Amino acid sequence: MTSLATDTNTPHQKGWYRRNEIKLTPWLFLLPGILFFSVYVIVPIFQSFWISFHEWDGLGEKVFVGFDNYERLASDRKFEVSFWNNLKWLFMYLLAIPAGLFIALLLNQKVWGIRLYKSMFFFPFVLSQVVVGLVFSWFYLPREGLLNAVLVMVGMEPVNVLGHPDTATYGIIAAGLWPQTAYCMILYLTGLNAVDPEQVEAARLDGAKGLKMLWYVILPQLRPATFIAFVVTIIGALRSFDLISVMTNGGPFGSTRVLSFFMFEESLSEFGFRMGYGAAIAVVLFMLMLCFIGYFLWSMYQEEKGAH
Amino acid sequence: MTFNLKTTLAALAAGTMLAGPALADGHAKLSGELRIMSDMSNPAPRAAMEGLAAEFGAMHPDLNIELEIVDREAWKTQIRNALTANAPDVINWYAANRMGPYVSAGLFEDISDMYEDGSLPGLDAVKGAMTLDGKQWGVPYTYYQWGIYYREDMFKDLGLVEPVTFDDELANCQKIVDSGKKCYAIGTKFLWTAGGWFDYMNMRTNGFDFHMELARGEVAWTDDRVKETFANWRKIIDMGGYIDDHQSYSWQEALKFMTDGDAASYLIGNFAVPHLREAGLDDTQIDFYQFPTIADVPQGEDAPTDTFHIPANASNKDNARAFLQFVTSADVQTKLNGGDALGQLPVNAASSVDADEFLEQGFEMLSNNAKGGVAQFFDRDFPAEMASMGMEGLQEFMVFPDNLDDILVRLEEARGRIYK
Repeated sequence: MTSLATDTNTPHQKGWYRRNEIKLTPWLFLLPGILFFSVYVIVPIFQSFWISFHEWDGLGEKVFVGFDNYERLASDRKFEVSFWNNLKWLFMYLLAIPAGLFIALLLNQKVWGIRLYKSMFFFPFVLSQVVVGLVFSWFYLPREGLLNAVLVMVGMEPVNVLGHPDTATYGIIAAGLWPQTAYCMILYLTGLNAVDPEQVEAARLDGAKGLKMLWYVILPQLRPATFIAFVVTIIGALRSFDLISVMTNGGPFGSTRVLSFFMFEESLSEFGFRMGYGAAIAVVLFMLMLCFIGYFLWSMYQEEKGAH
Repeated sequence: MTFNLKTTLAALAAGTMLAGPALADGHAKLSGELRIMSDMSNPAPRAAMEGLAAEFGAMHPDLNIELEIVDREAWKTQIRNALTANAPDVINWYAANRMGPYVSAGLFEDISDMYEDGSLPGLDAVKGAMTLDGKQWGVPYTYYQWGIYYREDMFKDLGLVEPVTFDDELANCQKIVDSGKKCYAIGTKFLWTAGGWFDYMNMRTNGFDFHMELARGEVAWTDDRVKETFANWRKIIDMGGYIDDHQSYSWQEALKFMTDGDAASYLIGNFAVPHLREAGLDDTQIDFYQFPTIADVPQGEDAPTDTFHIPANASNKDNARAFLQFVTSADVQTKLNGGDALGQLPVNAASSVDADEFLEQGFEMLSNNAKGGVAQFFDRDFPAEMASMGMEGLQEFMVFPDNLDDILVRLEEARGRIYK
């Protein structure tokens, strides 16, 4: 009986939800995501801003200090070192892109067993960063390490890569490049699969060869892969933390700190719990990342526009 | 909800059964709950802690003891959460300034009354390390000496004897260096080992009291007396006394230099002895001497103390107090610090020290030959931020002694900011 009643009613007076169904449904699906994203990402960002204006040990009362923490940052040598190391990471890490491209070009051929080689090159990316860090720190060990064994064998002086403030950061970046190169290689390998063979054929007929072929025909077609490789490498460089923590713990005497590690030390480590200062570092790091992410979003938007 | 109700009831029951000083008896039967959170996660201390809880449980069959052991390193940051949310009844921590943040945040229970009413006999000597703002905030359960552990056999081969003064020490070291070995193993990757060297250099050059003034921020780092400390220290660095590349090793990794016979001695705490023995050295090959004297000042010693505390938010404080009393009692202390358990020094004056070459020497040294005073350690006596910046500077000094002036200016800058 009831079903009959509803059947007759609905066509005349639709509920508010029914009328707006098309508009509302996507938001309903987005709601859980938006909720969690704001609770765990958006709100904490503003909380960090707020905490960075205070002096706070995480236990007692927050004391409002205005821009004091930022002023201290400006004259803090630890911050300066961390900032420059971040820049070193950013630029040196980009080497993973050409290196990955080179290996991808090398491996992009049909030889018996090529899959095995590909997976072996990809292997370091599968390893946890902690394992990579440990392996490299053994490799660099001043007396027993493989690197110094080789150096001594060819008659050179042994070096303590991680023990010297001038070389330690580069030593860690080299360790980071190992898995990052593998990542870029995979991106380019999939990109190379999508290269149009007809265009290559046409270019060949026109007499393009070697580097010219690569630069004018292959690379433009690899643009999406390059873009993604660029994004993941930049973000990877800014996120560098685990390798530093495992390999040098920020040392020797703080020369390998980057902003993220510095932030961790100030706010969460054994001798830390200066939450306000840590939050100020986090804000600076956030701004730095925002520049890059903003640029990426902008260029993605441009591309979308171009596609239409 | 039921859980909360249960614990409240249990606390009530315990409270009525054992009001205040009735605890002095220590053998009154306890009931209810006792939640212990311990950081004794290394194998031997873990077994000792579990044994301790079991024994206490056997004494009080109606008491439901819940023991949770957390990783020792992780505990250093976890303690903050543990003290604030659903706090356990007994926790581990460290003496002296390390208690500071929790005392000032009101998270440690004031147990001065236990020291006053005589429920903790035999702890007078260690009371000072537990005192902040004139009150006592916990009890110690073990401590250990620092000093120079050396290869007796290597000393014999080179015809060296245990040095008494710094000049003897340097003369010894010169002979060791001339023989192609290093005088001291040290691993400064995690910085704190350098703090031990500074503690001793400063306490011997300027005395214990000066060292504590520096720790309390009352003396400038750029003071000439501090510079003198570093000048003395530099003598060892310049003669090549330390192993190379020590900034790349942890203290355990650096032990290998000593066990391999590449370095003759090691300034470290007594916790290194089991490692040396495990590496195959027997007691005829290793020995111990007190850090030699430099200036004519009473000797101060480092003897870090580990402690038990009751969180202010604990729910079964009476049971917890009974446990603290149990842990510090003379017999339990003797057993807990014996060679088959912790292998360290008991805190109770009425306890006996295990028959062990190193424990006996350490106990003798700390009882009779530390007239200056007993310090906790660089990273426990100095406030946290000063300690971390300081140790970083000390490591830099050990690698690049020429940077000293710059380091001291930096530390002085930090001092101006940290102590307010």
